[in-house]
Amino acid sequence: MPWLSILMGVSALGALGVAFVKNDKLAKQATLAVSLVVMVLTIVMTVQFSPNGDRFQFAETYDWIPAFGVHYAVAVDGVALVLILLSAILVPIVVLASWHDAEAGKRSVRTYFSLLLVLEAMMIGVFAATDVFLFYVFFEAMLIPMYFMIGSYGGAQRSYAAVKFLLYSLFGGLLMLVAVIALYVIAGKGTFLFPELIGAITDPTTQKWLFLGFFIAFAIKAPLWPFHTWLPDAAAQAPAGAAVLLVGVLDKVGTYGMLRFCLELFPEASKWATPVVIALAVIGIVYGAIVAIGQTDIKRLIAYTSISHFGFIAMGVFAMTQNGAAGSALYMVNHGFATGALFLIAGFLIYRRGSAFISDYGGVQKVAPILAGTFLVAGLSGLSLPGLSPFVSEFMVLLGTYEVYAVPAIIGATGVVLAAIYILWMYQRTMNGPTAESVQGMADLNSRERWVVGPLIALIIVLGFFPKPLLDVINPSVKETIHNVSVTAPASAVAKEGQ
Amino acid sequence: MEPAEILSNPGGVIGVGWLMIALPLLGAAVLLLGGRRTNKFGHYFGVLMVLASFVVAVLAFVQILGFAPGERRRGVSLYEFIPGVADMGLLIDPLSISFALLITGVGALIHIYSIGYMSHDLDRRRFFGYLNLFVAAMLLLVLADNYVALFVGWEGVGLASYLLIGFWQFKPTAATAAKKAFVVNRVGDFGLLIAIFIIFTSFGSVAFGEVFAKAGGASEGTLTAIGLLLLLGACGKSAQLPLQSWLLDAMEGPTPVSALIHAATMVTAGVYLVVRSGAAFFPGDGTASLVVTIVGVATLLAGAIIGTAKDDIKKALAGSTMSQIGYMMLAAGLGPVGYAFAIAHLITHGFFKANLFLGAGSVMHGMNDQVDMRKYGGLRTFMPITFYTFVIGYLAIIGFPLLSGYFTKDGIIETAMEHNAILGWLAVVGAGITGFYMSRVVFMTFFGERRWDEGVKPHESPAVMTWPLILLAIGSAGLGAFLIMGNRFMIFLGPAVGRPDELPAFHAFAPVGLATLALVAVGAGYAWLKYGRQQVPVLAPRGSFLTTFARRDLYGDALNEALFMRPGQWLTRLAVWFDNRGVDGLVNGLAATIGGSSGRLRRIQTGYVRSYALSIFVGAAILAGAWFVVGTL
Repeated sequence: MPWLSILMGVSALGALGVAFVKNDKLAKQATLAVSLVVMVLTIVMTVQFSPNGDRFQFAETYDWIPAFGVHYAVAVDGVALVLILLSAILVPIVVLASWHDAEAGKRSVRTYFSLLLVLEAMMIGVFAATDVFLFYVFFEAMLIPMYFMIGSYGGAQRSYAAVKFLLYSLFGGLLMLVAVIALYVIAGKGTFLFPELIGAITDPTTQKWLFLGFFIAFAIKAPLWPFHTWLPDAAAQAPAGAAVLLVGVLDKVGTYGMLRFCLELFPEASKWATPVVIALAVIGIVYGAIVAIGQTDIKRLIAYTSISHFGFIAMGVFAMTQNGAAGSALYMVNHGFATGALFLIAGFLIYRRGSAFISDYGGVQKVAPILAGTFLVAGLSGLSLPGLSPFVSEFMVLLGTYEVYAVPAIIGATGVVLAAIYILWMYQRTMNGPTAESVQGMADLNSRERWVVGPLIALIIVLGFFPKPLLDVINPSVKETIHNVSVTAPASAVAKEGQ
Repeated sequence: MEPAEILSNPGGVIGVGWLMIALPLLGAAVLLLGGRRTNKFGHYFGVLMVLASFVVAVLAFVQILGFAPGERRRGVSLYEFIPGVADMGLLIDPLSISFALLITGVGALIHIYSIGYMSHDLDRRRFFGYLNLFVAAMLLLVLADNYVALFVGWEGVGLASYLLIGFWQFKPTAATAAKKAFVVNRVGDFGLLIAIFIIFTSFGSVAFGEVFAKAGGASEGTLTAIGLLLLLGACGKSAQLPLQSWLLDAMEGPTPVSALIHAATMVTAGVYLVVRSGAAFFPGDGTASLVVTIVGVATLLAGAIIGTAKDDIKKALAGSTMSQIGYMMLAAGLGPVGYAFAIAHLITHGFFKANLFLGAGSVMHGMNDQVDMRKYGGLRTFMPITFYTFVIGYLAIIGFPLLSGYFTKDGIIETAMEHNAILGWLAVVGAGITGFYMSRVVFMTFFGERRWDEGVKPHESPAVMTWPLILLAIGSAGLGAFLIMGNRFMIFLGPAVGRPDELPAFHAFAPVGLATLALVAVGAGYAWLKYGRQQVPVLAPRGSFLTTFARRDLYGDALNEALFMRPGQWLTRLAVWFDNRGVDGLVNGLAATIGGSSGRLRRIQTGYVRSYALSIFVGAAILAGAWFVVGTL
């Protein structure tokens, strides 16, 4: 069965349908229904994936522009699969969370929900694409729905934020386009198919240039320090649901791209760049966390915590060890759920009070205990508390990095302490203490909102204790990637002596 | 004798040992997710779950006793946690089962006591939910068979502690104390985390059995590094110098919390970690063990000195807790004999300190939640059960002959003395100070004249609170003799932590013991002169600079503030400013320059798809052209 095309097709057709529904409520319900169907289909597809089978499964390949060897080629390995699963689970949750978010927008409600489904189709496409040119097309096209979601439905500074987001991404995209074309020309294989391009570029200098073209695009997308400044603006101005998809999924395309394309297409250049990338990642971890501590706006704070977390992900990818890279892949999924929960609950909070400033809150726990309790759980997942899913991935990333680069891992681990400060201080200022006048009588989460938060928290807890199902899918394909870069963790000293 | 090998799961109760953790966890889930529906029966359900867990622990203990000593370490694997790194599994052996009995036994008593103590609190159900969560996490910590699973429990108790210190979160002081406890603990956890990384990279495993078996093959430097990092973790959880500052603030939590978590169990986790890892990383000689003993002695003195100056009864007891854990830490650095005394003292301390804290809670309960001992006085006739049980706890902690502390603390002092006379004498001095500050507490609270606030009508607590006190007092009185006489505990613990081939002989009233007793008597006598015979002023006198030094917790907070907090705040401000002005300003400026003029930038901002697409392709063409030019060079 052409699973991946079906998934994209259902989302895209759904988007088209929703765009023509006149009734707003019906449009919302239709969007929810479509996204749920996509989710169910994705789960069915995931169950059929055999972790120890071929690397790429559910493959479909058709010629698109035969003259240039461009294909419509989609397939998933373990990493792509779990990211598609993440997207497909997040979208219905976001739809439900965004129920009233589009009403104050510049454009119609149905357009917003239609854009959400367009975005979903593209998110699936970008992770599924195994043709480098197709990947590039999705990579760029994804910007369009997100641009409109921020620019037309966002906060007061939405135009500035949307344009900044667009310009940054465009700049990266341009570099990547050049690199994609050059890759095609220099490889001389007459195809853009990813599997055939592995090992095609052997000249070290060429590898370095092409690596940079891809890497900078991904570093902006992820974003890695110092390319990060668009993210706090975009995430703070975007409606909460769009912010979740932006930070939870779109940004992962950057780190996913590093793992899939940078490492495998340009292994020598990746190793050449590793010291710099690890340094940037470590700076990002610590810097993002410190700047997060100093934020006065809840959404900007969450955005900066994500910059810190993206540092962890990039570090794990470039450690090029099994634990590091698999940890990073898992981190992408866990971070999507954890930060998703944090953004959405913050969104509920802000919707009630009409302000994103931390200082406008205080003592919410007393009036809205469920909101506060779920916010705490989401926050604790943001500080990677063991028992919640982000711990597993952060632990694996740090461990995998420590195996080869001890000092950066140790510096990165200070992020563990800083995370406790930024999360708990924000929680204290908003939820604890005497109840502020302005939040008196604030309503607790209603049943729709509980349906948004409940599944996310359940996932975070279950994956916190049982990460194995995801890791079993991720590990074999990361192993392949690591094999292609042909760097493995040095066997432990004592274990070697024992043999 | 080396620790015994870890054998396979024998089935039976040990085979379902995970129930010990699962039952209180279920309790927490029901109480925290059940909402108001569970208000009516929540506290009983919470008590029931802990009692059930205690029953499982007792049955597992009985099963262990049925095995020959060399077969008393049993591994129970549960499931694959992080494939290739760590499994979830239990190690049930004499050490972990001792802890499990203490946690569930004392824990159950404190749960029962809390039914009465928290009866007026609207959020009692949530309180019991958190207590159950704590018990589950603590049991995972001690029962885990590897460092990663231990770490899950380790941070789990940190979370429970955070929730319980901040239970009255509407009080800003409580919320701040809770956050401080978590953050300071995380500094320790950072150390533990790095230790785990080194362990995994060096030995290729985090499972206790495999790690300890391979530890002999590692270099001295590696072992020391692991030891010191584990110690950093232990210092955080056990409030040892230099990470002690959170414990005194933690008294913001309800008193049963202080009794269970910040006295009897959680704060002893650091001692557990050191003893558990002892055979491999703290063998009793070498740098790591030496540092453990130094930390222990420094903290036992610091805690005792702080205890002398506090007028808040809970803070005086908190200083005492620091100090007593200092004794355990000291012992844990002294090798196999020390391990046994450390854990024996940990268990007896669990009883008498819970006894003292709950007694303090009972006093507060009858005094309108007053904690200032200067406003107590003469309470012995008004709350006799509280008084007598408190006195038993008091005599136990100062090491009164034949009560628990006498056996376990003296064991530590004697072992320290044999190891190093300086350590030994400092421990003796600590015992003397203990005699002083604990007598001070007793005199100020139960003797002398009434210094109560107006309208206070002291009364004895209800039976649901006094029965736990009575049971704890029995343990405080007799447990020490039971454990130490005939080296019973050392022999029992041997298979888990190793023991010397020659068991130490117990000499009643040996010279060192007599010297200790003499100093304790001097301390108690001085306290009587100052707080028993003389009138206690209701307002604290200014006191010498030494008193101020002790009242301010030896300036620990001031030091932290000067060294970390203020520089941290400046760094944060600088980073935020830099991020707004520096990085972002630079990029925006660059963009404007490239765009040529702000006008053109604005035109790009129109953001129509057409111009967007156009700019992609124009840009791409330019760059592609540039590429080919560069490429042909």
